[in-house]
Amino acid sequence: MDFLFIIQQTLSATIGVNTIIFALAAIGLNMHFGYTGLLNFGQAGFLAIGAYSVAVPVISFGIPLWIAFLIGIFNSIIFALLLGVPTLRLRADYLAIVTIAAAEIVRQIARSATFNEWLGGSDGITGKFGKEFFDLNPFKTGLDTPILRFNANDLWVVLTGWTLVALIIFIMWVMVNSPWGRLMRAIREDEDAVRSLGKNVYLYKMQSLIIGGIIGSFGGFVYALSRQSVQPDNYGTALTFFAYTVLILGGAARVFSPIVGAMIFWFLIVFIEQVLREGVTNNVIPDWLIGVNQVGQIRFMLMGIGLMLLMIFRPQGIFGDKKELALDAKA
Amino acid sequence: MVMLTLTSLTSTIFLSSSSLAADETPEVANTQSSETKLYGIITDKDGKPLPGIGVLVVGPSGFSADVSTDAQGAWEVAIPTKGSFSATINQDDLPSGQGLTDPTKATIKANVFMLGVDLRLLFPIGPGVEKASLLERSAQLTVDGIILGLVIGLAALGLNLIFGTTGLTNFAHGEILTFAGLLTYYLSAIIKLPVIVAAPIAVILGAFISGYLQDRYLWRPLRKRGTGLIAMLVVSIGLAIFLRYFFLFLFGGDTRQLPQYAGQAGLELGLVNITPKSILTTIIGVLFIIFATLWLLRTRMGKASRAVADNPALASASGIDVQKVIRAVWILGAGLASYAGVIVTVNQGVSFLMGQDMLLLIFAAVTLGGLGTANGALVGSIIIGLFVQLSTLFIPTELKYVGALIVLILILIVRPQGILGRKERIG
Repeated sequence: MDFLFIIQQTLSATIGVNTIIFALAAIGLNMHFGYTGLLNFGQAGFLAIGAYSVAVPVISFGIPLWIAFLIGIFNSIIFALLLGVPTLRLRADYLAIVTIAAAEIVRQIARSATFNEWLGGSDGITGKFGKEFFDLNPFKTGLDTPILRFNANDLWVVLTGWTLVALIIFIMWVMVNSPWGRLMRAIREDEDAVRSLGKNVYLYKMQSLIIGGIIGSFGGFVYALSRQSVQPDNYGTALTFFAYTVLILGGAARVFSPIVGAMIFWFLIVFIEQVLREGVTNNVIPDWLIGVNQVGQIRFMLMGIGLMLLMIFRPQGIFGDKKELALDAKA
Repeated sequence: MVMLTLTSLTSTIFLSSSSLAADETPEVANTQSSETKLYGIITDKDGKPLPGIGVLVVGPSGFSADVSTDAQGAWEVAIPTKGSFSATINQDDLPSGQGLTDPTKATIKANVFMLGVDLRLLFPIGPGVEKASLLERSAQLTVDGIILGLVIGLAALGLNLIFGTTGLTNFAHGEILTFAGLLTYYLSAIIKLPVIVAAPIAVILGAFISGYLQDRYLWRPLRKRGTGLIAMLVVSIGLAIFLRYFFLFLFGGDTRQLPQYAGQAGLELGLVNITPKSILTTIIGVLFIIFATLWLLRTRMGKASRAVADNPALASASGIDVQKVIRAVWILGAGLASYAGVIVTVNQGVSFLMGQDMLLLIFAAVTLGGLGTANGALVGSIIIGLFVQLSTLFIPTELKYVGALIVLILILIVRPQGILGRKERIG
C-alpha cells in the first residue's frame, strides 16, 4: 500500500476541480432549497446547459468562448423560466418530479442521434473549445509536491475556479443578508404569510430559481472546460443527488456550507476509492469479494448509505441550524 | 435493517453461483472448454432457416471466428475462455426483403461468465421497418403502449397508495421492480426453476422483502422518529442509489434474458404481432389490477386505507389501526411493483437500470393522473404508455421518453392537480 500516493490523490481531490464543480452546483441548490425551499431536482440540467453552452457554440459555430459564456447564462435563464412557469405554483413534491423530468429531457436530447450533428450524440463533444481560456494560463508547469499534484491546466482551472467560487459566495452572502434574502427565507417558512403582506411570491421564487440555476450553469462551465469535453451521461440524475448530498452534508441555508460539504464529500470519496483500489491491486482485499472494476460501484453504494444516514441522523448537516431549516413539505 | 436482510439474501444467491464457478474453473481449461459454445439459428420472418449467413464472433485476447449458417440456419462457435464476446451478423448476406428488425442491433454482446454453459444468441429478422403500413404500425404500437401502460400502472398503483397513506414520494420504488426482476433471473437461470414457478416466488419475496421488511425496518422507525416528508424523500434517494449500485455490483452492467423464453416467436393476431409470454403476463397483470381495485373498494382494509389517505388523525381516532393499514399498503404496493418487474424481465430481460428507467415514467403517470388517487394512476399510466409508443410514429424512437415527459409538463400547466386529482393537492 502506497500511503503517500493515497494522501496525495486525496488532498488534491479535496481542493480539486470536482470539488469546485460540486460546490458551485450545491451553492445553486442552496439558493433554491436552502433559502427559498424549492425542491429542485433538475440541477444536473442546469450544469448540462452550462457545459453544452460553452462547447456547442465554440465547436459547431465558431463563436468565441467569452460570448459562449454569455450564451450559457442566457440559456440557463431560459431553462429556469421553462421550469418555473408551470411548477412554481405547485407543491414542493410536484416541483421535484417536474424538475427531475426536465433535466432528464435535456440529457436525452443531448445524447440522441437526432441532434448528433450539433450535440455529438451519446459520445458528447470533445475538442479544444477551451483554448482561449487556457491561452491565458500563466503556469508553464504543473504542481508536483508530496501532498498536492496538479498538471498545468488543472492548476489554472483550480485557481480560477476557486476565485469564481469566492466571488459567488461573497455575492450570496450579501444577497441572503439583505431584505431580499430575508424575504426568501420567509417564503420558505410560510408562503401564505408572505403573500398576505402583499408580496408576489411567485415572482420571488422565480428569481431564486434563475439565480441558483445560473450558479449551477457556472458549475457546468467548469465541468466542460476542465475536461475539454462534454459527456451527456455525466449529467444524469445522480449528479443532482450528489449535489444535494454535498449541500446537506455541509448544512443547508449556510453560505459556506456547500464548500465545506464539497470538500468533505470528495475527500471521503477519493480516499475510500484509493484505499480500496490499492487494497485490491495489492491483494489485501481478496479478488472474489471486490474486483478492480467494482471499486467504483462500492463507492456509489457508500454514497447512497451515507446520504440516508445523514438525512436520518443529522438532517441539518455539519454546520446547519435545525431551527433554520424546515425540511418538510407543507401538505 | 432491511438492507442487511437484503444483502444476506441476495449475496447467498450470488456466492453460491460464484463459488460454483470457482470450483469448476480448474477443470474447465482441459475438459469443458470445447463444450462451451455460442450458437444460434437464423430464420426469416416466417421461421424458415436462412443458410449461408455470415456471423463473425470476436472475443478477448484476439479471439476471432468467422462462420456461416448451415442448411438449417444454425451456426455455432466454440469459445476457449471466459470473457466478453460479441457476434456480428453480416447483413449483406441476408436475402432481399429480409432485414434485422432493429438494424442497429447487428452486433450482440455475450458475456460468458461460466464455462460449460452454452449461450444462444438471437438476431431477430423481420420484413424490415419500412414495409409495415402506417395502420399496422399504429395497431402494433397501440398494443405495445397498452402493455407498457399496464407495467407502469402496476408500479404506479403501489407508489400512489404509499404516497396516499404515508405522504412518502418514494424514489426507490423502481428498485422494487429491479429486485423482483433479478430474483426471477436468479431463480430461473441459475437455480433452473421454470419461469412459471420462479415468477410467483419472486413476487412473493418482493412483496415480503421490498414491502413488509422495508416498511418494518426502515420507514416505520422513521415515521416514529417524526422524520419530515422531504427528509424521507431524500432518504429514499439514498436507498435508491445504494440499491442500484448494489445490484450492479452483484449482477454486472448488461441486460440478460431469461434463457427459457429468450427467443419465443410471436403470434400474428390480425394486424399485430405479439408473443404468447407477453399475452400471458399481461392478462395476469390485469387480474392483479382488478384484485387491487377490489381490495381498495370492497374490503375493510382497503376502505381503511382510503380513510387513512384522507385524514390519518381522524382515521386513527375512529379506531383504524393506521400502522397496520400502512403495512398492508406497502405489501400490496411492493407486490404489484414486483410483478411489473417480472413482466419487464420476462419480455425484455433484466438489467440493474431497469427500475431507474421506469421510475420517471411511473412518476409521470402518477403526476398526470393526480398524486394520491388510485384510479388516476391507472389512467395516467395508460396515457403515458400509449403516448410513449405511439409518439414513435412521428419522432425518433430514442426520444420517445422525452415526448412523454414533455406531455407531463404541459398537462401540469393546464391542470396542475392531474386529470383525476383534487384541487386541494396543489400547494
